[in-house]
Amino acid sequence: MGLFEKLKTGLARTRELTVGKLSNFFSGRKIDEDLLEELEEALLEADVGVDSVDQLIETVRERVKLDKSVSSTQIGEILRTELSTMMIGPDSLGANRLAKKPWVIILVGVNGSGKTTTAGKLAYKFAKEGKKTAIAAADTFRAAAIEQVEVWAKRSGARIIKQATGADPASVTFDAYQSVLAHEEDVLIVDTAGRLQDKHNLMQELSKITNVLKRFDPDLPNEVLLILDAITGQNGLSQAHGFTKAAGVTGLVVTKLDGSAKGGVIIPILRELKLPIEFIGIGESVNDIYPFEAKAYADALLTN
Amino acid sequence: MFDNLTGRLETFVRNLRGQGKLSETNVKDTLREVRRILLEADVSLKAAKAFVRDVQEKSLGHEVLKSVTPGQQMVKIIHDELVSFLGGASEPIRFGKSPSPILVVGLNGAGKTTTSAKLAAHLRKRGRKPLLVAADTFRPAAIDQLETLGRQIDIPVFSGDRKNALKTVADSRDYARELSLDCLIIDSAGRMAVNDELMNQLQEMQDAIKPPETLLVVDGMTGQDAVRSANAFLERIELTGLVMTKLDGDSRGGAALSIRWVTGKPIKFIGVGEKTNDFEQFHPDRMAGRILGLGDVVSFVEKAQEAVDIESAQKMADKLAKQQFTFDDFREQLHQLKNMGPLESVLGMIPGMKSIKGLQVDENQFVVVESIIDSMTPAEREVPKIINGSRRRRIAQGCGRSVQDVNRLLNQFEQMQKMIKRFGKKGPKFPGGFPGMPGF
Ligand SMILES: Nc1nc2c(ncn2[C@@H]2O[C@H](COP(=O)(O)OP(=O)(O)O)[C@@H](O)[C@H]2O)c(=O)[nH]1
Ligand SMILES: Nc1nc2c(ncn2[C@@H]2O[C@H](COP(=O)(O)OP(=O)(O)O)[C@@H](O)[C@H]2O)c(=O)[nH]1
Ligand SMILES: [Mg+2]
Ligand SMILES: [Mg+2]
Repeated sequence: MGLFEKLKTGLARTRELTVGKLSNFFSGRKIDEDLLEELEEALLEADVGVDSVDQLIETVRERVKLDKSVSSTQIGEILRTELSTMMIGPDSLGANRLAKKPWVIILVGVNGSGKTTTAGKLAYKFAKEGKKTAIAAADTFRAAAIEQVEVWAKRSGARIIKQATGADPASVTFDAYQSVLAHEEDVLIVDTAGRLQDKHNLMQELSKITNVLKRFDPDLPNEVLLILDAITGQNGLSQAHGFTKAAGVTGLVVTKLDGSAKGGVIIPILRELKLPIEFIGIGESVNDIYPFEAKAYADALLTN
Repeated sequence: MFDNLTGRLETFVRNLRGQGKLSETNVKDTLREVRRILLEADVSLKAAKAFVRDVQEKSLGHEVLKSVTPGQQMVKIIHDELVSFLGGASEPIRFGKSPSPILVVGLNGAGKTTTSAKLAAHLRKRGRKPLLVAADTFRPAAIDQLETLGRQIDIPVFSGDRKNALKTVADSRDYARELSLDCLIIDSAGRMAVNDELMNQLQEMQDAIKPPETLLVVDGMTGQDAVRSANAFLERIELTGLVMTKLDGDSRGGAALSIRWVTGKPIKFIGVGEKTNDFEQFHPDRMAGRILGLGDVVSFVEKAQEAVDIESAQKMADKLAKQQFTFDDFREQLHQLKNMGPLESVLGMIPGMKSIKGLQVDENQFVVVESIIDSMTPAEREVPKIINGSRRRRIAQGCGRSVQDVNRLLNQFEQMQKMIKRFGKKGPKFPGGFPGMPGF
């Protein structure tokens, strides 16, 4: 199954919901303020955010004004193109990932966004590609967070590197890196504790984690992925800024797209912060991770 | 903050004065702006529209008062309406025959397990004897998580065979009776509301135990999906109450309005942190202020009143009114702030506080700041303007900090004085006679 198919399947259950209605009302409709308003509302209900929606609708309005022959079906196309252009950030790493050995990925994000699950899915993906992978259990705070990583390590065939609950996450990371060097492994995934981006002390703890790695090599970590729950509203913007400031986020992962949430907040995020979306998560099992494709995502936002 | 909101609405209703009454034409633009504010706060579109319609009805025909600006008047109407939308006084948990089950449900990662533990600790304080039931057999280590939390708060956890959630829940009754416990808090697995299979299981579980209380746990950072997912739960199971989590962050929490509107069920508690005691009753007025970006003025004032003696606050107020805020005053305020509890949570309640440039919420900063102030001469503390380059170097040396540290503090202090001037001119005065705090 191709990405688009899978994504559509994942979102299939939501088809009859709000945004899904879009393409139905496109065909054969008169282009008037009512249509624009319905479009606006569909985008707002996908969490695209007031400012970005205003801009999108303005673009459509301009196009219609300039070219009176634009049909309602074409409007769908215009919108889709505009949306995917907004979502195209810098290139995702793609094949350049794992260019160095060991490749270090740190997963960061707010509480419950899907960091640990993503760590497991990524580890499985790398294992399938024949890479030796380790996961550092650097969430030493949440109850049974380490046990959760243990399960994921077993599922994915990765090695877990852990210390006791309450240990300093920076020191877990430091030791993990040394251990990965010693084992000559290809990838180290660091699973960190969830934290809300306005908690200064916790964000400093995150900076500390990235800084201990820089002692080995100033280019480390190779990747810092912000894990964003698709259900997140406009607070996602504040998350992206906060984590980028503290930990130098290099890319995003949008999780839980198998639910009814659309994850439209990535539009304002990508408008303000030029970041690639590296992966999307659409389920709870090891395989439910896919590379991001702007066009497919825009389609998922708009079509049924 | 209050000023911003009033200001934003003010531009739309500026011309209302002298017109006597709020009419359909003159509130239309204002209401559009209100809708925008709500959407920015993540209130879902449908709920926002319903709310705006309500406000429109309420505001039409309202006399434009002479004593306040039309903007202020609109804010008041909106705020009051929001409070009533969000529901009346907090409602308690419902109990049936012992052991009475409380079913905890929600999307993945919303905070169900943490909330279950928090609720257990809360109920025990009120004389109940709860049993935590680990019915999430799906998420890796979810049972360990609840067991760990149970150990931390010393509340028993029943995990059954760790495989079959339905059986675990059924067996938990007998277990509770054996231990003479009187309520069951059932931590269910997270599920996407569009997942039929998992929603069926939940329905089955509810049918089997018929809990007098089923709480839907909702992440406080949720956006537009709040309405969709709450609706989907409502279609499949019976809900009796809501819990909003992760409200310790900077999200505006508009989802509270959405879920309240769509379910009609009361928000019973809020989660304000990861620890088991970070659990509070829901206050609609505070939530309304938060959604509108007014800051949690009420909680702030309550905390402030506990920690600050009124007389010195009054003295401070006088100084502020005359705009004579000095470093000595600043130092005194620091002491008082420290008495109010963790700085982060205190500052978070003050409207606009987070937007002040360079003001970092870091307890360690207190120590730095105090040491710098201590290194100043009385004259410098009184008239900071005289602190020139050589004085800065001397101060830095005296306290063992860098000149940059000193510069930063002086800059912040200057910003503060500017803010105080603004507040001094046009309010807002914090209710309860405590106007001093915007200074920090
Ligand atoms: N349906 C669904 N659930 C997910 C996805 N990613 C994570 N989850 C679930 O979300 C919850 C929180 O995930 P977890 O990885 O523990 O989050 P963390 O706190 O950020 O580490 C768990 O119940 C996961 O199974 C996803 O893509 N789809
Ligand atoms: N900051 C904060 N974190 C919370 C709150 N409630 C839960 N969490 C965190 O959110 C994450 C998911 O919570 P959990 O109880 O495992 O969610 P569940 O998957 O719904 O059971 C964990 O990291 C919790 O520590 C809260 O009120 N504030
Ligand atoms: Mg985790
Ligand atoms: Mg749980």
